[in-house]
Amino acid sequence: MAISGVLRPGFVQIRVLDMAESIIHYRDRIGLEMVGTEADGRVYLKAYDEFDRHSIILRECDEAGLDVMAFKVSNETYLDEYEEKLRGQGFEVTAIAAGEQPGVGRRISFMAPTGHRFDLYVDMELSDNGPMTNNPDVSQLDPRGMKALRFDHCLLYGGDIDGTKKVFEDILGFSTSEVVVDDDTGMIIALFLTCSNKAHDLALVRHEEDGKLHHVSFLVEDWTSLRDAADIMTRYDISRDIGPTRHGITRGQTIYFFDPSGNRNEVFSGGYAYYPDNPLRVWQASSVGKAIFYYERELNDRFMTVVT
Amino acid sequence: MMNKGFQISIQGSDKIVTCREDESLLSGLARYGQKEVPAGCRQGGCGVCKIRVLKGEFETGKMSIKHVSAMEKDMNFTLACKTFPKSDMVITVNIKGDRKWQ
Ligand code: FES
Ligand SMILES: [Fe+2]
Repeated sequence: MAISGVLRPGFVQIRVLDMAESIIHYRDRIGLEMVGTEADGRVYLKAYDEFDRHSIILRECDEAGLDVMAFKVSNETYLDEYEEKLRGQGFEVTAIAAGEQPGVGRRISFMAPTGHRFDLYVDMELSDNGPMTNNPDVSQLDPRGMKALRFDHCLLYGGDIDGTKKVFEDILGFSTSEVVVDDDTGMIIALFLTCSNKAHDLALVRHEEDGKLHHVSFLVEDWTSLRDAADIMTRYDISRDIGPTRHGITRGQTIYFFDPSGNRNEVFSGGYAYYPDNPLRVWQASSVGKAIFYYERELNDRFMTVVT
Repeated sequence: MMNKGFQISIQGSDKIVTCREDESLLSGLARYGQKEVPAGCRQGGCGVCKIRVLKGEFETGKMSIKHVSAMEKDMNFTLACKTFPKSDMVITVNIKGDRKWQ
């Protein structure tokens, strides 16, 4: 098996200010399926092309932002190994018992140097509404809204991105596909980490405040899907940040927009296939405009400042 | 009945803009190309549009408590994107975004 260890981003738990509005946004506009609401008020959703039970969890709170991002791991041996290595590096690792989220096995949880909580787990129940497996049609349920296929990646902002990079590379086996560096000092300003064949599974930008969320990204099929998503954003007066455009980094096509609590979302398509033997792609900060927004060739005011 | 809107003035600027009752201060200002209040998420989550109301009545939608604490709210700090005018208003602008006010 070529991809082992950490397989992919599995789920995120997002804080929202108003649950009813958020459900309309994530279910009807982005097109996720409702999986259920639990007694503690958390709402579970999934994208239609995901096999696992859920990928997006909404928690109502008076402050927007990200509670946790979790990665799925291929087997328990790896999970034990990560736990041991994290502890060995001085991280406090918390065990979360199976069932804390419905359908999810035991997790381990740690706080990265950038102030973000990450969970790792092996087991999640399969959904009845996943992709078909027997003479499969392209979808089992009719896609809705922006037709998000899956939860794809996150971009997170925090201080010690070198520290978080080290954890993901040295302990969790990720590779760095691209970096943005300061022209003079070579200091890394932004970095793109992958555990798979995707150009990125997690991205980090250096920022004065720890633990911030820049965006949660959803995969859509192609450039035309981005046009259709943009139509929905205008039709329903969704707060749009930028796009449709393309990233120089990853070469993915994109729209950034905001959920009703101000958390940034992205619909994303394309991007190159990454292999661990690929050389690192490097952008100088003086070219960062093209790196982030390839057509505009400049950052907008919001890229570096607007986070939750 | 269509409300004609309220006059919003920014302290230290001679510009006065008209903001409808059914739109946020931020979108009212944006309609005039007014850039004194930066637009971020427009959803009360990021805090970059923080202002203080010096005069006038208003209502607010849900805002992240990280950017407007209960105490600040009592002092008429608010987020322009979640502030809806109920009378003419005078505001001051925190152009540095979500820095703490002194
Ligand atoms: S623009 Fe983000 S809180 Fe107003
Ligand atoms: Fe992204």
